[in-house]
Amino acid sequence: MDILLQIIIPLVLLILGYLSGSYLEKRHYQSIRERERKMLHVPLVTFGAKQTLPKAHEAQLFVGTVVISIDYFKKISAMLRNLVGGRIKVYESLLDRGRREALLRMKEDAMAWGATQVLNVRLETATIGGRSGGSTDPGSVEVIAYGTGIR
Amino acid sequence: MILTTLEGVPGKTIMEHYGLVQGSTIRAKHIGKDIMAGFKNIVGGELKGYTELLQDSRKEAIERMVQQAEELEANAVVNIRFATSSVAQGAAELFAYGTAVKVE
Repeated sequence: MDILLQIIIPLVLLILGYLSGSYLEKRHYQSIRERERKMLHVPLVTFGAKQTLPKAHEAQLFVGTVVISIDYFKKISAMLRNLVGGRIKVYESLLDRGRREALLRMKEDAMAWGATQVLNVRLETATIGGRSGGSTDPGSVEVIAYGTGIR
Repeated sequence: MILTTLEGVPGKTIMEHYGLVQGSTIRAKHIGKDIMAGFKNIVGGELKGYTELLQDSRKEAIERMVQQAEELEANAVVNIRFATSSVAQGAAELFAYGTAVKVE
């Protein structure tokens, strides 16, 4: 009985994680793509520090942050990946979502202010340990995107 | 106070440099948010509680940096950068730094 429970619980978590994780990811990607398309006319650029400054009346700092959690399925599949090596696709999509979401949030703020361009955009990523703490697996990733909006 | 990630302020010229200013803050998560996060670690998705926490601490780090700049009588901070690190289990440090300048 005990052994059965030990197998069933992780299995249920795995299925739950896979279903909700992939559903949330799909929905998130959909919203990211939609918003990115809507905001294409305001360029984000990573240069700006070592170039002559563009003509503008005002400049302001804009920041976007997001913390995204992994799901149980991603965790287990990454653990298995660790045995054989290679690309961990489930983490790649996680980080990709995080970065794009943070950039979008920054851009939304900047556009609400009336920015025509966002210059010198920088990205900063950090992992926040899972509840187990101290382990190397990221419980969640935190992304900060920041740049200077000009108008 | 004008804050930018550029090396100057568009439309203005830098009159004087006052050097590096910085602000940092370390925040611990609280247990309610932690339990929610534990659950979210199974199903995935955004951790809104943590995002808010980070936003608050980021604002505070900027505030402290601005305070330092004000003490130096600067009116802008240029070339701002952010950094994060997890110092202890369950706590995150957020760090902002830049160069205080006077622009006209």
